[in-house]
Amino acid sequence: MEFFRLKKDIPFMRYGKVTTAISLLTFIFAVWALATKGLNLGVDFTGGTVMEVAYTQPAHLDIIRTTLEHTGLPEVSVQTFGTTRDVLIRLPLKGNTTSARTSDTVMAALKTQDPTVELKRVDFVGPQVGKELYDNGALALVVVAIGILIYLALRFEWRFALAAIIANVHDVVIILGCFAFFQWEFTLTVLAGVLAVLGYSVNESVVVFDRIRENLRKMRKTSIPDIIDSAITTTMSRTIITHAMTQMMVLSMLFLGGEALHNFALALTIGILFGIYSSVLVASPILLMLGVRREHFIKDNKPKEGVAADGAQV
Amino acid sequence: MNRFPLWKYILIAVVLVVSVLYTLPNFYGEVPAVQVSPTRSAIKADAGLMQQAEDELKIQKIPYTGAFLDANSVKIRFANNDAQLKAKDALQARFGDGYSVALNLLSASPAWLTAIGAKPMYLGLDLRGGVYFLMQVDMPAALDKAADRYNNDLRIQLREQKIRYTGISRVGQTVEIRFSDAATRAQASKYIASTFADLVLTEQDTGGDYRLIAALRPEAQKRTQDFAVQQNITTLRNRVNELGVAEPIIQQQGLDRVVVQLPGVQDTAKAKEILGRTATLEIRLVDEEHDVTAALQGQIPFGDDLYIERSGQPLLVKKNVVLTGDYITDASPGFDQQSGQAAVHVNLDSRGARIFKDVTRDNVGKRMAILLIEKGKAEVITAPVIREEIGGGRVQITGMESAQEASDDALLLRAGALAAPMNIVEERTVGPSLGADNIKKGFHSNLWGFAAVAIFMMVYYRVFGVFSTLALAVNGLFLVALLSMMQATLTLPGLAGIALTLGMAIDANVLINERIREELRNGNSPQAAIHAGYDRAWGTILDSNITTLIAGVALFWLGSGPVRGFAVVLCLGILTSMFSAVTVSRAMVNLSYGRKVRLARVSI
Repeated sequence: MEFFRLKKDIPFMRYGKVTTAISLLTFIFAVWALATKGLNLGVDFTGGTVMEVAYTQPAHLDIIRTTLEHTGLPEVSVQTFGTTRDVLIRLPLKGNTTSARTSDTVMAALKTQDPTVELKRVDFVGPQVGKELYDNGALALVVVAIGILIYLALRFEWRFALAAIIANVHDVVIILGCFAFFQWEFTLTVLAGVLAVLGYSVNESVVVFDRIRENLRKMRKTSIPDIIDSAITTTMSRTIITHAMTQMMVLSMLFLGGEALHNFALALTIGILFGIYSSVLVASPILLMLGVRREHFIKDNKPKEGVAADGAQV
Repeated sequence: MNRFPLWKYILIAVVLVVSVLYTLPNFYGEVPAVQVSPTRSAIKADAGLMQQAEDELKIQKIPYTGAFLDANSVKIRFANNDAQLKAKDALQARFGDGYSVALNLLSASPAWLTAIGAKPMYLGLDLRGGVYFLMQVDMPAALDKAADRYNNDLRIQLREQKIRYTGISRVGQTVEIRFSDAATRAQASKYIASTFADLVLTEQDTGGDYRLIAALRPEAQKRTQDFAVQQNITTLRNRVNELGVAEPIIQQQGLDRVVVQLPGVQDTAKAKEILGRTATLEIRLVDEEHDVTAALQGQIPFGDDLYIERSGQPLLVKKNVVLTGDYITDASPGFDQQSGQAAVHVNLDSRGARIFKDVTRDNVGKRMAILLIEKGKAEVITAPVIREEIGGGRVQITGMESAQEASDDALLLRAGALAAPMNIVEERTVGPSLGADNIKKGFHSNLWGFAAVAIFMMVYYRVFGVFSTLALAVNGLFLVALLSMMQATLTLPGLAGIALTLGMAIDANVLINERIREELRNGNSPQAAIHAGYDRAWGTILDSNITTLIAGVALFWLGSGPVRGFAVVLCLGILTSMFSAVTVSRAMVNLSYGRKVRLARVSI
């Protein structure tokens, strides 16, 4: 069985302007969403308390809210979580206190109203820890980007490294933009997912680049855009199948992994979808724009392969 | 061309066998157990203790399935929870306060597996339930405390040396000594420099005032801070022991933080109270020369503190501390013989006993305040009148509201004082049902995702798809074996990481298979196509995986808690997938096709 029996190369590079325009628009949209709405940061980053409680019957959120208001806790947010019986309670940090005892107060209040309530999870994060996590998360993104940049610059050439990194930062910004636009909760686990996407999506660009490099050496008479088109077309089947496989795993997590993995899987889904697009339609046009040339690779291999000067004529 | 030397097959076989062995313990599940460990680190768990425990169980006729000794505890397995609970009560009654008896779960894997070090994966708290605390040591407070100590020592030493000073006080983290002339100051400076090596001295003259400022040297400050963290860890360990938790984790994180993980703890309020209370005891004299009513209006005499006693009476207490909790060797709850009130009996060490004897002798007829300091706030528990000199270091403190409070206070005092106050900066609690739920969901998402990928691969690439699927399964096996061997903590994001790496691992196989198809399409012979497929794909696999590995390493380096768990799985998964995709799947291909000299077609 074979889905992609492509006889001719698809002229991707001819659509370069259109695809660049599209990705520029989505990118600007993502930046706009991030700038105006901002990320809905979870308790990991903001500090505060999140409690998950379970009732035996569907919970009455109004009653829970009034009960909690009586305890004098400010700005309590109460919502159902997954099912109608599971309730998520969020308490922001109040003033300077880092009292971890808040959860006990809340549980005591809830118990008086319904003794069957069961505490499933409490996360309390102090403001300082939250800020450190945030800083470390941002640092991790930068470190990963620079690390990949250096590796690709060494293995390929700086133009490839730059093109790949731009394409991947584009993916990451779009994921963050989606999280900002829909106000999905951005937690530490989601951040891990975003970083995994950064590593994963660069995979895709690398596979295409690898083929471009190979073609540059092999197809002496072909123009650069045609070489890129050919590289994308020949790796097309692999790109789509690999993404489909990873997506299957991620979908399985999205549907079966429960609430805890939901946003993580969501970040990966967006990352995988945009990963296909960006590796093909963002990284390669940028590479073309940066002016990749045959000499960048032939030169290195001259003594090894004994290539004559004709490679340099194009 | 598609043949492996024998050693490669042997290598793969050995790796497979080892992986199966180390994966096995994960499938045996767990049996209920009871863990007996001494609460004081001076006492070691030994064969004698194990014998005593076994004898007790025999007397009580509680059936058990095995007992063994590990690092510092005796662990006994039971067939069911009923026997486990009975045994816990029986053993606790038998061993009493000196030992903590905790419920535990042990791997049910056979002894020979345990003997070769094969253990099940270590599950994080989000998968098995429990409490996680991140506590921060208040370093400025530790340095303040050190300065306080030097303040006292310097005063006593200068007085003993008959070096006259006009005043001595702690200013921030330094001690300031004032003299009336420069000659005395020089004398003092010389003496202090020779006796207190940790102090750095600076002289300061302001308006006829000759000052000497003593500060801790930076290296001594660092030592003080390290010591504070270490002592706090020891203290926390003692306190956790009192809670009777099986396999607690207490470790330093960074410079000034301590992580405490208590698996299986449900009563979080109790745990928090015991851990978070930074109570210590101080004994100070009551100032009866000054007027309390004036103090109530804000005129607190110099060198005094104003407190309200539990009975509501205001009390002026001298700032000078006679005795601190550091001198306490033991504390136990009890009742006062005469009044029948709840009380705490405190034993002091020899130095504390001597100080206490001197103070009580010099102050007969006066009142003495016993303060419980918690989170920087002091509370007067009681302020009895000293009737006579108390020697021998046995002190009884009454004034507790209930027997429960007496018991809690005794526990705190016995467990030792913290060198510096600590705050809980992060707390996570996961209920056991949620933990089990997380495992189930994580497992299912792995299973169904794997099934979907396997079916697709086998339909799409036929025989090569079967090889790829087998390689993927082997990859999963390697990953679980490595995680079990390393005893890395598996968390929910870690489980997600397994699913994700399995999804990404198939990439290598897809790359190889596609390349083989391409080579076939270009008219190469099947053997040559297979060879070229594996050969050419390798460079691409290496490049693309190393970039993901960079992300994994950065996550591990900068991540914390569960994210680290995810990073570990991601990194290990990439390594195992490179091995399994290139070596294991190739071995299968070579075994089935490699021998045929004239291979007409391959099923791909």
